[in-house]
Amino acid sequence: MVDLTTTFIGITSPNPFWLASAPPTDKEYNVRRAFEAGWGGVVWKTLGSEGPPVVNVNGPRYGAIYGADRRLLGLNNIELITDRDLFTNLEEIKRVKADYPDRAIIVSLMVPCEEEAWKAILPLVEDTGADGIELNFGCPHGMSERGMGAAVGQVPEYIEMVTRWCKRYYSKPVIVKLTPNITDVRKPAAAARAGGADAVSLINTINSITSVNLDSMSPEPSIDGKGTHGGYCGPAVKPIAMSMVSEIARAEATAGMPISGIGGVTTWRDAAEFMALGCGNVQVCTAAMTYGFKIVQEMISGLSQWMDEKGYENTTDFVGMAVPNTTDWQYLNLNYIAKAKIDQDLCISCGRCFAACEDTSHQAIAMSEDRVFSVIDAECVACNLCVNVCPVENCITMEQMPVGAVDPRTDRVVDKDYANWTTHPNNPSATAAE
Amino acid sequence: MPADMLAQGIQTGRLSAEQYDANFADLHAPLDDHEALVAADRCYFCHDAPCMTACPTDIDIPLFIRQIATGTSDAAAKTILTQNILGGMCARVCPTETLCEEVCVREVAEGKPVLIGQLQRYATDGLMAKGVHPFVRAETTDKRVAVVGAGPAGLACAHRLAMLGHDVTLYDARAKAGGLNEYGIAAYKSTDEFAAKEVDWLLQIGGIVVNQGVALGSNVSLAQLQSDFDAVFLGMGLGGVNGLGLDGDDKDGITDAVDFIAELRQANELGAMPIGRDVVVIGGGMTAVDAAVQAKLLGALNVTLVYRRSRARMNASVYEQDLAASKGVRIITNASPNAVHGNGPVREVEFEYTDDDLKPTGQTVRLMADQVFRAIGQTLQGEGLPDLEGRKIKVSDTGATSVKGIWAGGDCAFGGDDLTVTAVAEGRDAAIDINANLMGGVT
Repeated sequence: MVDLTTTFIGITSPNPFWLASAPPTDKEYNVRRAFEAGWGGVVWKTLGSEGPPVVNVNGPRYGAIYGADRRLLGLNNIELITDRDLFTNLEEIKRVKADYPDRAIIVSLMVPCEEEAWKAILPLVEDTGADGIELNFGCPHGMSERGMGAAVGQVPEYIEMVTRWCKRYYSKPVIVKLTPNITDVRKPAAAARAGGADAVSLINTINSITSVNLDSMSPEPSIDGKGTHGGYCGPAVKPIAMSMVSEIARAEATAGMPISGIGGVTTWRDAAEFMALGCGNVQVCTAAMTYGFKIVQEMISGLSQWMDEKGYENTTDFVGMAVPNTTDWQYLNLNYIAKAKIDQDLCISCGRCFAACEDTSHQAIAMSEDRVFSVIDAECVACNLCVNVCPVENCITMEQMPVGAVDPRTDRVVDKDYANWTTHPNNPSATAAE
Repeated sequence: MPADMLAQGIQTGRLSAEQYDANFADLHAPLDDHEALVAADRCYFCHDAPCMTACPTDIDIPLFIRQIATGTSDAAAKTILTQNILGGMCARVCPTETLCEEVCVREVAEGKPVLIGQLQRYATDGLMAKGVHPFVRAETTDKRVAVVGAGPAGLACAHRLAMLGHDVTLYDARAKAGGLNEYGIAAYKSTDEFAAKEVDWLLQIGGIVVNQGVALGSNVSLAQLQSDFDAVFLGMGLGGVNGLGLDGDDKDGITDAVDFIAELRQANELGAMPIGRDVVVIGGGMTAVDAAVQAKLLGALNVTLVYRRSRARMNASVYEQDLAASKGVRIITNASPNAVHGNGPVREVEFEYTDDDLKPTGQTVRLMADQVFRAIGQTLQGEGLPDLEGRKIKVSDTGATSVKGIWAGGDCAFGGDDLTVTAVAEGRDAAIDINANLMGGVT
């Protein structure tokens, strides 16, 4: 059995699965139950400054997008930071940390963009014994209207400034949580690093309206006939999150910076993918909100099995392994040639590949009178659309053409050498091939 | 219709080799990878799931199905086998329609449960095909435990004890281990020598010595076991078969269904299995159904299952009743046998219709029969056993008997449904209790 113990910026937890700062980590009751269920750590739901807590709406706070069979694919929320008293939260954090010394507890914070506000709260957090803090620069609704959350996260200079304050008034690790509601995520990440952050975590939720009620003409979730954008999360956002993670992992200004991956992690595989792209651990919310805390058991057993099969002994063995293989389009090998291949034994003759290819792609699939579908190699550009629309896994595969074979589409011999766009004759800016 | 089906009397070779093969193929073809994913996808991962509560061995069904869904079926198998070391056989023979699948929220809501049994088989078969035994035996405790009976209860008990580091000696009266898994289940539920393979796989844990052909009371005494071992677990089956209590019960052609089923399971050549043209099976449990269905599949022209009470009282599940009907077995209920006719071998059995309280109605029916199978229950045999309750061994929740140092479980113990899965649970739980006792409460 492999050991999933993971140390992230000096914080050790029995596994790399942390609950993200969100409703599931709002109070002692939840966090204790989460730890009992097996979660490695939690990021406590965001605390605000001392004083009367924020007030949440009393109508619906969530909207959803469903897949087939009403599977929850995307969730959007308009809940704010904790609406419980600061000191209640701090006392609870201290108690839970004392009882679970082997688990990670990170305190998420969001106070006004003033040095005094941070200077006031940080010693209180330090006193709880929590392992670190996470700066909530990502919340896209409500708090951002008040100059906090994503409003800070969208201004790299503010990120750097606040991070610096935190490093000054707090002795333990500081994680900066980034908003995806920005054009280039590398800028705020670099600012966090410049400010002295120990790590970044991303993504926070994405501005979204999940649906519109066509009777009341109100966006959902609708509060007394009005709606507002919320923060989108869940499996649907994973591809966006992974792209942003990879950008930070491979950018020169931020390469090597520890990353806590967030965004639609639902299974062990999602976690492994984020980690392969450079995340030292992952944070989970929607999966727990959909299936309960027990979901972590599958993540633990699945990651263990996969690591066993691959011969990895520690999570650090594979973190970042996919980063060197993440590149710019211009460096992709244009001499790599593949063709779609349909396994006739697996084919159920639905014809979706044909419709997709014939109507919207390269007319590279033939259909016989008795509904046999086959690839026309002379037309196939290996776009993969047929694979993506086929309902049967592995029925259609992309097969690499061997070096020396002739591509019937171009009549060219498949070249053994790597050659990309930077050297291609059609590229006006091409440099001569070596 | 093959002419051989019309031949009167108990005959071999009624069908062609191809027909035998087709008739005795796997009742449910195993799920392929895609089917398993589609089936697993339907599970809602319910909280405090009803299926898990319904499982006598408390398998974490939502977890193992999610593990299949996320492509880690070996982890799924381990989840299953941690609770039920005979999860492979239970996946084949459990009446899931009255256990996990009956309470599946999708059965309740849509009448279409998640295919829990078949998914369990997918996971456990996958792991076993790799020859992987996912458990490791603890350091030896030097404690010795005798387990009597290598059926589901005994095997589950032996495995758990061995895993906990105890040295187990397993005694079994038959030639092969497995108990009813090997001798007492319809052939189409356990094809390809699965029961024997599962026993071999289970024994990979180590620390278990198997002695076949040793029966309690004849080759070894309970007193001997008590003196030779630190603890004894009794997990033998029910050796006696109830008679019809009629004159002529011993006529040629009248035999016990359990013997027919056992013989069929051990047959190398189905065509050499003799079967009557007009077969009557008397009883209403799983043994009766297994005998009736297999009689039909062997080529009997007419097979009638007769049960003395109503359909609702039959021990065989509705699913099993429907399976029998779909194979062409006629089911007659509320009829008790009252006479056996025939000069020499049996020719007819006469039944009297009764009401639900078994009160005779005076109405009778005679069924042509050149072969009759008795399937009206079995009884525990043996002397000097711990105290009985009813006609079985009295046990506590954890299988402890009236005699210190002796535990019991499975068919020989009182209580619980007489199911493979129940026997596994009883064997496992007794092992945990034995361990606690042997180790002075340290488990």
